[in-house]
Amino acid sequence: MSNVITMGEVAARTLADEMRRDPTIWVLGEDVQAGGIFAQYKGLFQEFGAARVVNTPIAESTIMGAGLGAALVGTRPVIEMRIADFVMPAIDELVNQIAKVRYMFGGQARASVVVRVPHGLHPGSAAQHSQVIESWFVNVPGLVVAAPSTALDLAGLLRTALRCDDPVVFFEPKAMFKNVADMLGDWPAIPFGKAERRREGKDVTIVSWAQAMPAAIEAAAALSADGVEADLLDLRTLWPWDSEAVLASAARTGRALVVQEGVGASGFGAEVAVTIAEHSAARVRRLASPRIPVPFAPTLEDVCFIRPGMIVAAAKEMVAG
Amino acid sequence: MPAADLSADHLFDLYRRMKTIRVFEDTCVAAHKAGEIPGYIHSSAGQEAVPVGVCAVLTREDRITSTHRGHGHGLAKGADLERMMLELYGRVGGLCGGKGGSMHVADFSVGMLGANGIVAGGIPIAVGAAQGLRLFGSQAVVACFFGDGAVNRGPFMEGLNWAAVYGLPVLFVCEDNTFSAFTHSSTTTAGPGPLARAQACGVAGERVDGNDVIAVRAAAERLVGEMRAGGGPRFLWCRTYRFSGHVSIDPATYRKQEDLDAALKRDPLLVTRGQLGDAAAADAIDAEVEAEIARVQDIARKAPYPPRAEAFDDVQDIGSPAVEAAR
Repeated sequence: MSNVITMGEVAARTLADEMRRDPTIWVLGEDVQAGGIFAQYKGLFQEFGAARVVNTPIAESTIMGAGLGAALVGTRPVIEMRIADFVMPAIDELVNQIAKVRYMFGGQARASVVVRVPHGLHPGSAAQHSQVIESWFVNVPGLVVAAPSTALDLAGLLRTALRCDDPVVFFEPKAMFKNVADMLGDWPAIPFGKAERRREGKDVTIVSWAQAMPAAIEAAAALSADGVEADLLDLRTLWPWDSEAVLASAARTGRALVVQEGVGASGFGAEVAVTIAEHSAARVRRLASPRIPVPFAPTLEDVCFIRPGMIVAAAKEMVAG
Repeated sequence: MPAADLSADHLFDLYRRMKTIRVFEDTCVAAHKAGEIPGYIHSSAGQEAVPVGVCAVLTREDRITSTHRGHGHGLAKGADLERMMLELYGRVGGLCGGKGGSMHVADFSVGMLGANGIVAGGIPIAVGAAQGLRLFGSQAVVACFFGDGAVNRGPFMEGLNWAAVYGLPVLFVCEDNTFSAFTHSSTTTAGPGPLARAQACGVAGERVDGNDVIAVRAAAERLVGEMRAGGGPRFLWCRTYRFSGHVSIDPATYRKQEDLDAALKRDPLLVTRGQLGDAAAADAIDAEVEAEIARVQDIARKAPYPPRAEAFDDVQDIGSPAVEAAR
């Protein structure tokens, strides 16, 4: 018997499980009663009603800030941001308030919220609907940052996010929500800070996460066909991140290629690369998007994507060099 | 405003609370100027009738949110005086363990959800707190203090709309002290004022003399009563005047001396003294308050600073810097 469903439905079913378990979990955001724009809230309104699945005005500051206020009185809000670009009107509430209430109030308060942020390059979506910004939030003390790339990881990390007391910024790969997978068995909680090895190899370490992963997987298969075995790690969470697994792999292969969707300058790939450089003798390279806004026309937009061929070429250069 | 419906004891209590805030503010500003308190102080001297009048009708279960000028809100809600002084001094035992200081005083044990360094920052938090309390079936209400500067920020409009849409029991208290930082708010604010903006969102309310604690209390009692009866949000516009500069180091040269002189004649403490009609009793309260503040200041001066290692506590559980540092 199969259970072929979309990643969006996996997210919705996982959240429903957790809402049944914990009556303090509730959802607020735009259009969540309709199931969300990626079906990631499908069926929740029908099961839990308007008190726990709250349709909000298009008012990002208050969606984020009200979530915090509700957390400060003991509930566990799931704050839906629709897409990453819309976090910007709520950045004060996330960065100045949510990330800091526990610290600046000396431990009196917890902001136990999960901020769900569909992110990533999305064809034809241009400069304000296609950004990749998870790196920004790694720079903010107080926040946990998750960025899964598979349905099983999304489910497992979402469970962990809903059960922990820290604020979690939960980036979801929006171009992959409609991907289907056969989701047999349980979808257990996955701890933060543990990378997943997608392929084992001895020649070159490839580190990636989120929407860059499918290209990295394809590239690793192509490399293998050409006799280059890549050790491919999916970080899954960026704070905390699994530096131990990355450093161990880099020490073994002596070469580490960091592959990041989104602007490279000051991006999280730089953090990974410098950590490898500081703690190992491995050679390091980075692939990332150029520092331009995401353009619209397909020929222009293409320069932002990390394609499998680019990863293959970079890895081969490293192995040859 | 007749004081007939308030007991003398209650009015003396309101006066004592106002006096406590005044002496606390003046003491902390002086201590800052003397180099004892780091950073800077946003004094609420002149505005004491607003938090004291509003919090007089709130229960311990009710919550408040506050501003960067938040000592008075905390003290009026019942925050511990000694621990607040320790916090301003940045010492062990402070309300926030020395991590927050003046701008982030908070006492969750009495429902004070924190001062806030961002103008209008408390407004979304207040409406969300009311929403969360409702989810638990709580009857508590939330009072949201903000200044006249905040009414020009987006979250003000968002919060009013939000509270009205969901019918949340939030009392929006505009503590209009006339200035947005260094600027007279009349020069940067369009229209007939904050109450009209609230009414445009369907939030009813009142305008009140913010220097008259009896008037503030009476208005808050009416509005909170309507909220507790299920009437949804209400708005209270309190006109008052900031006696100090924006911060303790601001000489406020942008303001006319005659305006300040006129405001000082309407000092809320003088107004309340007049209503009390018992100067000797008020003098006795003054002396007690001054002694108490001197006592807690002495404690704060002698308390140790927190140890360096505490800088790494209470950031987060998962991926905490303390764990990172130990690696």
